[in-house]
Amino acid sequence: MSPALMRVLRVVVLLSAVRGAPLATVTLPPVILEPVPLEPVPVPSEPVRVDSGADQNISIPINTEQQQQQQQVSLDVDVMLTGELNPNHYPARRAAQVVLHHLNTRYGSPYWWGALRQVHKATAEALGDSGRKYSLEVTLQDQISGTKETCTAEVVFPGGPAGGPPQVTTSYEGKSEINTQAQEEALYNQYNTSQNLLSGHNLPDSYGHVAPGMEPFWHLGGVASSFVMLKESSENTLYNMAQVVSVTQLATENNQLRFNYDVLLHEMVSQEIIHWKLLASWSPQEGVKASQMELLPKCHHCEPPQEH
Amino acid sequence: MKESEALQRSGSEYNFGSYQRLEAIYNWMDTLVAEHPKLVTKVLIGSSYENRPMYVLKFSTGGTNRPAIWIDTGIHAREWVSPATGIWTANKIAVDYGKDASLTSLLNTMDIYMLLLANPDGYSYTHDNDRMWRKTRSRSPGSNCRGADPNRNWDSGFGGPGTSRNPCSDLYHGPSANSEVEVSNVVNLIKAHGNFKSFISVHAYSQLLMYPHGYSCKDIPDMAELDTVGQAAVKKLASLYGTRYEVGSICKIIYPASGGSIDWAYDTGIKYSFAFELRDTGLSGFLLPANQIIPTASETWLALKHIMEYVRDNPYYTQH
Repeated sequence: MSPALMRVLRVVVLLSAVRGAPLATVTLPPVILEPVPLEPVPVPSEPVRVDSGADQNISIPINTEQQQQQQQVSLDVDVMLTGELNPNHYPARRAAQVVLHHLNTRYGSPYWWGALRQVHKATAEALGDSGRKYSLEVTLQDQISGTKETCTAEVVFPGGPAGGPPQVTTSYEGKSEINTQAQEEALYNQYNTSQNLLSGHNLPDSYGHVAPGMEPFWHLGGVASSFVMLKESSENTLYNMAQVVSVTQLATENNQLRFNYDVLLHEMVSQEIIHWKLLASWSPQEGVKASQMELLPKCHHCEPPQEH
Repeated sequence: MKESEALQRSGSEYNFGSYQRLEAIYNWMDTLVAEHPKLVTKVLIGSSYENRPMYVLKFSTGGTNRPAIWIDTGIHAREWVSPATGIWTANKIAVDYGKDASLTSLLNTMDIYMLLLANPDGYSYTHDNDRMWRKTRSRSPGSNCRGADPNRNWDSGFGGPGTSRNPCSDLYHGPSANSEVEVSNVVNLIKAHGNFKSFISVHAYSQLLMYPHGYSCKDIPDMAELDTVGQAAVKKLASLYGTRYEVGSICKIIYPASGGSIDWAYDTGIKYSFAFELRDTGLSGFLLPANQIIPTASETWLALKHIMEYVRDNPYYTQH
């Protein structure tokens, strides 16, 4: 008989509850989520310089309220499914999405942007205090060429209140069929300049349109966003990039093209649209790297709510 | 694709392959009624929070309070392909009646009600202010944040998992069930009518076809039947362009979500209750290119038709 599907309970738990605590039986009446005070998040000690040609130095505190909101909703923990998982249900799919974010950080480029196509198999196991591990078999697809590939992967979501980003290993060895090198080098050479630095916004726009010639920078924004989405992921999140709000090229440094990105991420479980800034650097040799990642407040024209 | 192009040009030059503003959609509804007066009527079911009229298109060939099918689109404002699909579908129903034998037989015994803009305030806000807005635009006492999630506001496990009591959250359930006038308008119509046999809510994105419940992951009594119907429906959907959909209960497939419309509908006895999440799976997400509207609507029509035919062929009675 297959490993027992230990479905303990569908409950809503408070943040302070011990993970993995044994829970009672069957169905509880719906429980309203309680707001839970978070530990204070450190504010950056000095303003982050954004050398984008924009005329401000921006110092942006991390938005604890936003994180608190996400926590309030996303803490409905489908407690402790272990063993063989239904690959079409959300626990497997969330873990699989993390795999794709990891692969994008490793292999993504303006011409390769991976997405999850299907989960074939998934199992989960508890690692005690060290968190939970998912073992997966997935098919991923490059959203640009449509090429598909199947691989296995392991995702460890760290345990404990500090959390931390998931750790991912995969059997994927790199893009096999599509050779994007020529396109990448052409793009690199075209934009490796100190004049006429690229800039753009709203990729895609409200109508789903990406301005001609801007697609590679939409793709690059998506890949760079995977660095953020990977580190922000947990078993209670599922991230996609919703839109590149703006992209502004900076002067090339160390042979890396560099771009300031302003992106909107869609987090499916909380349904929130989350605003991040980041600095993306890229070259065909080095691939994509993201740095100076910063969470921005929910909206600039809103006043903060009077509660909390 | 000639037929599809011909459909594009009907309806007095309304462009089905584009995203339109609210005013253009309302104008088009009047055109549809004018072009198909024996089949389609426009029913005012109430107003939104900001006093926009809420209209339902009723497709009926007569009778009195015939068993009916409900379809709503656009309840979440930023999910533009949902009302766009609804508009194309309404036109398709009107145009194909009398030509498609199956649809004709369905409409000869059942009515179809379509609420194309279930959240008109939100939809308008996405055009003029914030493309990513999801909720209604109601005011919350004591908060500067506006709106409740209209699909967490129904009286089905209200306030349970997958909702928030923070007015600033995109999953804010509202102060109480049916507090959102956009929701209560629908509830009142459905209750007063009393003879709906199917309730279908259309969202985007993720390519899913789901059945109740969202507020609980326990299987509903009709799970096997709804799953079978759903699997057959998505197979037909896939036959057009190969678009893959997953089928399952809301709670298991996507997330626990309480206070949702199809949970309420099912719990009031409307057995064939389904929710669609249309294209895509995250590449464009809410910003689905307009050139995918008609393909999305066309493939979804095959699934909708399957469900509606099944409802037609499987009458049932509910005790109230």
